[in-house]
Amino acid sequence: MPRDMQQYLRPGLTSTPFCPGCGHGILMGLILRAIHQLELNMDEMLFVSGIGCAAWIPSPHFNADTLHTLHGRAIPAATGAKMFNPKLRVVVVGGDGDLADIGGNHLIHAARRSMDLTVICASNMVYGMTGGQVSSTTSVGAFTQTTTQGNPYQSLNLCKLVIAAGATYAARHSVTEPFALIASIKKALQINGFCFIEVLSPCPTQFGRHNQLDTPVAMIKNLMETCITKKKAKKLSPEELKGKIITGEFTNGAD
Amino acid sequence: MVRYYLSGNEAIVEGAIRAGCRYYAGYPITPSTEIMERISVRFNEIGGVFMQMEDEIASICSVIGASWAGAKAMTATSGPGFSLMQEGIGYAAMTETPIVVVDVQRAGPSTGQATRVASGDIMQAKWGSSGDYQVIAVSPWSVQEAYEQTINAFNLAEKYRVPVLLLTEEAIGHLRERVDVVKDIEIFNRRKKPGAAPFGSEERDGVPPMPTFGEGAKVLVTGSTHDSYGFRKTDDPLVQDRLVSRLNEKIINNREKIIDYEDYYLEDATVVVISYGITARSSLFAIEALRAEERKIGMLRLKTLWPFPDSLKRNIGARANVLFVPEMNKGQVAGEVRKYVSCPVVTFTQTNGEVIYPDAIIEQLRRYL
Repeated sequence: MPRDMQQYLRPGLTSTPFCPGCGHGILMGLILRAIHQLELNMDEMLFVSGIGCAAWIPSPHFNADTLHTLHGRAIPAATGAKMFNPKLRVVVVGGDGDLADIGGNHLIHAARRSMDLTVICASNMVYGMTGGQVSSTTSVGAFTQTTTQGNPYQSLNLCKLVIAAGATYAARHSVTEPFALIASIKKALQINGFCFIEVLSPCPTQFGRHNQLDTPVAMIKNLMETCITKKKAKKLSPEELKGKIITGEFTNGAD
Repeated sequence: MVRYYLSGNEAIVEGAIRAGCRYYAGYPITPSTEIMERISVRFNEIGGVFMQMEDEIASICSVIGASWAGAKAMTATSGPGFSLMQEGIGYAAMTETPIVVVDVQRAGPSTGQATRVASGDIMQAKWGSSGDYQVIAVSPWSVQEAYEQTINAFNLAEKYRVPVLLLTEEAIGHLRERVDVVKDIEIFNRRKKPGAAPFGSEERDGVPPMPTFGEGAKVLVTGSTHDSYGFRKTDDPLVQDRLVSRLNEKIINNREKIIDYEDYYLEDATVVVISYGITARSSLFAIEALRAEERKIGMLRLKTLWPFPDSLKRNIGARANVLFVPEMNKGQVAGEVRKYVSCPVVTFTQTNGEVIYPDAIIEQLRRYL
């Protein structure tokens, strides 16, 4: 990480626990760049996370107050801290299993309340930490430890979900779109209200190896092929859009 | 002194506010709901934060978040809601987060009889979450004491950085009685020491000072095993052992300071009733009736249920011929008493959703007098 980012990292840390090829390290860097560009004071920031690989993005790495809570419960813990001290700028970072599955109810209700939180969901479409089981964002047909014949269920569209629940801002980007992602994180940090960003992050270790994408390069390439911007998607037929993941901003009411 | 006429649930709210509680999150559940209703109104008047959350899990987690943001924070629930909160109680114990959880016990198991009384959550209160941890649990026997014990619960939570459970019962929650509020009540606020390790102590049973979010302390809080500065140490046996031992010993070694009780007619008693909550009132009524017949009977009333007053029991157990434990459960405290005494422990259990009446206790006691 470049030297000017060092100030945002907790002193004494020399490495992350992420596997080779994991996208979470990229996301970690992009969150810090957004904070750096906005010149935010880390003393006024609180990072809350639950359980899972993505929960380790802020905890212990970020040099701010960090609350590493129970599985799925980052949003209610963040709600309590934010409601009692509204001066705190509260950012929730979690995975798809944590925020959308076990914590899905809290996600919906925080959006409904327009709780002033920035929620970043690092979605690798699998339960990484427990060894690669299917999650609610795993695409139909994908192979995991618990869907050895292909995932029979459709995946949850988290941006649509939070918008329907009343989120102020929602966006989806892949870690392969770093500049768009930084821009979205900056927006989310500045907008009052419930802001949600789904970040597609590759997991070659637990997802890739079951889906013929077992190298970091193969996963990144696959993400670049699968993700398509909203602008480009408009020009494509529903047939052509099949299996694609649309990225971009999904602000309230627009889509 | 000011005199009020309140229900137990209302008195809990007033006690919490008096103790400095300014954050409450909860989810409606009978028979505790009046607590959230009243505190939502009272916080409008005095400037606290009230949140009705989507479930009990969110309630306790938001209370934990608020506590780290500097609040004295509370939630209240009952039976099934208390079960949902257990993971959060374990997390609060592990992260040494001061919170107060009120359980207005109702008849279980499961949904049971929502409007009827029981005291079936005594063991759940101690053992409901995973691993080895300690909580403090207090049990009032009157509306007056619901008020006082709530203040005590906050003081203990702040002093020992531990979740404190106010285990009351439907009968106390809905009972209306006089409450005398005095001016001078000791209020304890959490100890702060900038720069000090927030999760470690040089003493094996020490309680570290607690920083607050937003003060630049860059606190690192985790429910994983952590060192004294909060860094995860998930494969270090020494750190695990030291942390778990301290979490337990900071309560166990201070139990003489924590435990509160009252005794009645114990000087010459050969039969001793051990009782708590609303049942202790029936017990005292029964004992006074039997004392009028010059029966040598006394009572130990437990105001603290956890940590368990083991030495107290041992002393009484050495003097008495028989211990008698009436409870609105299948003998949860009686089982605990048996661990510490050699004399016979007789249980009188009632799980029909009604309070145990004095007559029933008298009838049972006569068999041993």
